Amino acid sequence: MTARIYVPGDAAAVALGADKVAKAFADAFAARGLDVQIVRNGSRGMFWLEPLVEVVTPFGRRVGYGPVKPRDVDALIDGGLLEGRNGPLYLDNVEKIPFFAKQERFTFKRVGLTDPVSLDDYLAHGGYKGLERAIAIGPSETVEQVFESGLRGRGGAGFPTGIKWRTVAACAPGKKYIVCNADEGDSGTFADRMIMEGDPFQLIEGMTIAGVAVGADKGYVYCRSEYPHAVAAMNKAVAAARKAGYLGSRIAGSEYDFDMEIRVGAGAYVCGEETSLLESLEGRRGLVRAKPPLPAHKGLFGKPTVINNVISLASVPFIMAEGAKAYADVGFGRSRGTMPIQLAGNIKYGGLYEIAFGVTLGELVEELGGGTFTGRPVRAVQVGGPLGAYFPRELFDTPFDYEAFAKKDGLIGHGGIVVFDDSVDMAKQARFAMEFCSVESCGKCTPCRIGSTRGVEVMDKIIAGVEREKNLAILEDLSHTMKLGSLCALGGFTPYPVMSALTHFPEDFGRGSMPLAAE
Amino acid sequence: MTTGHIVSGSRHAHEAWSPTRGREIIADHLPLEGATLPILHALQETFGYVPQDAIPLIADAMNLSRAEVHGTFTFYHDFRHEPAGKHVVKICVAEACQAAGGHVTSAKVGEALDCAYGETRADGQVTLEPIYCLGLCACAPAAMVNGRLIGRLDDEAIDEIAAEVRS
Repeated sequence: MTARIYVPGDAAAVALGADKVAKAFADAFAARGLDVQIVRNGSRGMFWLEPLVEVVTPFGRRVGYGPVKPRDVDALIDGGLLEGRNGPLYLDNVEKIPFFAKQERFTFKRVGLTDPVSLDDYLAHGGYKGLERAIAIGPSETVEQVFESGLRGRGGAGFPTGIKWRTVAACAPGKKYIVCNADEGDSGTFADRMIMEGDPFQLIEGMTIAGVAVGADKGYVYCRSEYPHAVAAMNKAVAAARKAGYLGSRIAGSEYDFDMEIRVGAGAYVCGEETSLLESLEGRRGLVRAKPPLPAHKGLFGKPTVINNVISLASVPFIMAEGAKAYADVGFGRSRGTMPIQLAGNIKYGGLYEIAFGVTLGELVEELGGGTFTGRPVRAVQVGGPLGAYFPRELFDTPFDYEAFAKKDGLIGHGGIVVFDDSVDMAKQARFAMEFCSVESCGKCTPCRIGSTRGVEVMDKIIAGVEREKNLAILEDLSHTMKLGSLCALGGFTPYPVMSALTHFPEDFGRGSMPLAAE
Repeated sequence: MTTGHIVSGSRHAHEAWSPTRGREIIADHLPLEGATLPILHALQETFGYVPQDAIPLIADAMNLSRAEVHGTFTFYHDFRHEPAGKHVVKICVAEACQAAGGHVTSAKVGEALDCAYGETRADGQVTLEPIYCLGLCACAPAAMVNGRLIGRLDDEAIDEIAAEVRS
């Protein structure tokens, strides 16, 4: 049997040198005349250990080494890496590392484990069991399974996926679409990217199940252009699925037809908003549409459309294969199932952590994440991307749950947590939120387009110390207008980071006890 | 033997604009639903930018007004109106990278390359651009240099980028 090692092809692992490591291994094996298969897998999501190389030993054990640099390769091979021998960088079974062992990996169970673009590997690890069941129980029962699982939109809005599917299924038969929102633009998030790069077939299966369930025969993945690795992996997987009869007409030998395409965005953050995304897919400027009509009634090209986030759709194969109850059994309050939480920014142990809802922010940041990598105290975390609130340590007892965060004037969004140490200037962060909104606003509604520009100007005055109280009052009023008057979440949620920074860190705005740091 | 998911970040040479080649590319993509973005991407992939002369060709082929195509073209940050420099350096400036010291790093890159953000240096060697998130937020600050990803951008990596840009 050919020996096999895994060197991640995940974009973050590659950014940390995985391609060079893979090449060093290939060269070293060739020089030694060893026949070793190098599999470029997804990442296990522990980025402080990347590039994390895993080996399947002659006894079938799988052990890891990391973080590996190209210059370590010769010594590792000579030290008995292929036999899984203990030595420098040895990590043993990586699934026993506490960060990994404590997770509940439903959606990410195959990511990092399998060869992402091998359909055989996908099938060998439980792939397409969900579609099999969907075909067996039929469309309406499939929709009910998704509803009963309690799955809510993982893109950020948290709207029940089953209700979207019911609405589209109830529309008169005819052309319908499944659209996957893979425009993961929020800083601090990379779960969609890791699924597309690490287990693309699961997303394809999820979309196919959606197609069967609502009577759609065509799907589009709209992936952001900043993710070339994800686009390439998805295209390879779609081609393999089509070749094997899992896409196309009469999929998997059933009576259903479904095919899909990968489309690439062009650097507009607002296209992560669902109606803007649909406009972009249709070939226009990504201007947000007023709702109603809902995309479920009049979506892509005016047809009934299911539009779901990558993680929502990728959660469906598990729900169908294991049953709605298995998914709904874990969670917290009305947030059922698991959430892939992404620990990012200034954090010691950054990565992807999939866990049932209910874990507290403090556990995530301090215990699992190990605090900051600079070693300085954590001062603030931004949860939910550029439109999410900044939380101080005083709110670290907040459980990760849609409603609990809403109660504290925050949102969990797509599950990204960006950690900042005590060197952060929160007034600058508030200014950045306004600036980002002004750069990325689609321009359709006035509160967002003009409000964000005025917001930057007002923040500049506040930072410069010009009539501070007067300008803070204007900022609060402006935020209120943007929140209530904007057409979509870009203008509507930009006040979250701004107002939370002001509420929780008033000293950085010249209010309260501490003077504004002089620069 | 290497299997699995591999993407190389190498750059290829761009062709000079030719209307004939432009029409071919447009025709290739016309059967797609909502073909405008795929066409613009393909033109930029081939020519390195979307030449102004291509806009009326797209409009004719798709039975759209020039204004509509121009509107789409100008809405998106990705589409270039003129060729980029020989090297393209994108530095992430979003929150996760800021939290990891990105303000200092991005300023250092600008100094090392002697280039302002959003501009191409006068000698045409480099285009430096800010980018809002590469999805490398657990190994920030991050950059993309000629399509190649770099995480945990430090002084050594900046020196390497500067050396690459000199080549």
